[in-house]
Amino acid sequence: MRISELPPRAGVGFKPQHFRDIDATPQPVGFFEVHAENYMGAGGMPHAHLARLRQRYALSIHGVGLSIGSAHPLDRAHLSRLRALCDRYEPQSFSEHLAWSSHGVFFNDLLPLPYTKDTLQRVTDHVDEVQNSLARQMLLENPATYLLFEESTIPETDFLHEVARRTGCGLLLDVNNVFVASTNHDVDPYDYLARFPLHHVREIHLSGHAATTDEAGAPLLIDTHDSPVLDRVWTLYAAVIRKIGRVPTLIEWDDKLPDWAVLRKEAQDAQAIMDRLPAHVAA
Amino acid sequence: MLRRLWTGSPLTSRREGNSSMTAHYQERFARALLSPSLALPEGIACNSGVAPVKRFGIYRNNVTTGLAQALAIRFPITEKIVGEEFFAAMARAFVKENLPRSPVLLDYGSDFDRFVAAFEPARSLPYLSDIVRLENAQIRAYHAADAPPLDKRAFADLKSDDLDKLRLELHPSAAVVRSHFPIVTIWSMNSGESRLGPIEEWRPEQALVVRPHLSVTTRLLPPGGAVFLESVAGGKTLGASAQEAWHSDETFDLAACLAAALAAGVFASFTRGRP
Repeated sequence: MRISELPPRAGVGFKPQHFRDIDATPQPVGFFEVHAENYMGAGGMPHAHLARLRQRYALSIHGVGLSIGSAHPLDRAHLSRLRALCDRYEPQSFSEHLAWSSHGVFFNDLLPLPYTKDTLQRVTDHVDEVQNSLARQMLLENPATYLLFEESTIPETDFLHEVARRTGCGLLLDVNNVFVASTNHDVDPYDYLARFPLHHVREIHLSGHAATTDEAGAPLLIDTHDSPVLDRVWTLYAAVIRKIGRVPTLIEWDDKLPDWAVLRKEAQDAQAIMDRLPAHVAA
Repeated sequence: MLRRLWTGSPLTSRREGNSSMTAHYQERFARALLSPSLALPEGIACNSGVAPVKRFGIYRNNVTTGLAQALAIRFPITEKIVGEEFFAAMARAFVKENLPRSPVLLDYGSDFDRFVAAFEPARSLPYLSDIVRLENAQIRAYHAADAPPLDKRAFADLKSDDLDKLRLELHPSAAVVRSHFPIVTIWSMNSGESRLGPIEEWRPEQALVVRPHLSVTTRLLPPGGAVFLESVAGGKTLGASAQEAWHSDETFDLAACLAAALAAGVFASFTRGRP
């Protein structure tokens, strides 16, 4: 089984609008990440871009449609497409979400699941199936959630820990999601992190979010990926890095795209946080 | 208390929930997402002590708005013609009745033209669904398999008798879009390829969409050109296809059409065969 092995540097989510700028000169980024489903056409520009990037940079393929948290069996046809994509580009890492998105139809959103013995077993089985099918370790990402399930009996952090322990998968720690979900559930994000199985983390995601309130006036944060990483998320990220050293860290920006220079700067800011680590923690 | 359900005590010390409820969380959630009433699924909660209507609404909104945005990206000229607001309303109406069947959204909206044709508020723009078909051909061409187009001089050494019996294979990206309206003119005015202005001759136009290399091109086909290419694509010989084209339009010019088609990169390969 191929182990997830991105370089422990800052990377950026690739968008075709930035290709020309990125390709013009070597960029100070450790890797690029793409959404798997955008590269499932037969040919053309998307593959030309990706092939070119892959020649020069490490690559992370990030799935958004596998529905690993689904009560139903995984979509075998989709798994085959993912396998073909991984065979074609040999990415350094493949990751997916602790969420579901299909139920007969595809909802195109990362929907939440209750955390119970049953769902733990099912997610574990699904992660096993993905890893066997791709012959590689996958990373599982903690979700941004807006509500809870009354039937949940397992804390999210324990749930992720248990999936990683049983399957050997790595974890993708989305620090923005930690901040968003903790706030939404009225929990201190540092408490969440204190419980998180950080030794399984192989990649970090950082992105922007929007703030509103619910009907009770409680803060309600929305994972929008359309703005810079917020200061409080940077601070949380720095705390994680101080604990576990350098980790491949992705700047995710999917909507209302800024110029490439803005994304490059965000990546450099993440890199600077890692570079400031004292030598004995850095590794 | 609910808060502890998210980050609470360790795995082993917690009481297991009702498993029959667990088995159906997805069914309940999905049904509520699709329901036109704003009823919440059973079994969801939040820590602020209210019914999580707004919170559940984020998921509802993500589904509809996300897919409507995917359509706006796929059909930029259609959106430009009707305006963002109109398009968003039309796209949301489509999404509600036509959720994707696959997590690969590259084909999502391949049947949007039929919806647009029947969409009452768009009735004053009878050509709109043909613009949708044209944009669908363009996006299919964008993602089509790569193949080197046939060289311009591919037929240079062939005698006219051989030429008659040729069978040509169209490039994987090539498509003909027929319309009763001047769709190529309307499309190119709105895409910035030509200057926006009044259309003097409101006549039917047939479009050729092809992507011989990386860029998708859209061209106006000459009279008989659509019939000719469709016949070629259907496996008929060059001679038989030219005959069909002449029957449909006596001004059809085979030499000019063939030269233009080769220059556009429409053909992928040819075989010599019997008529």
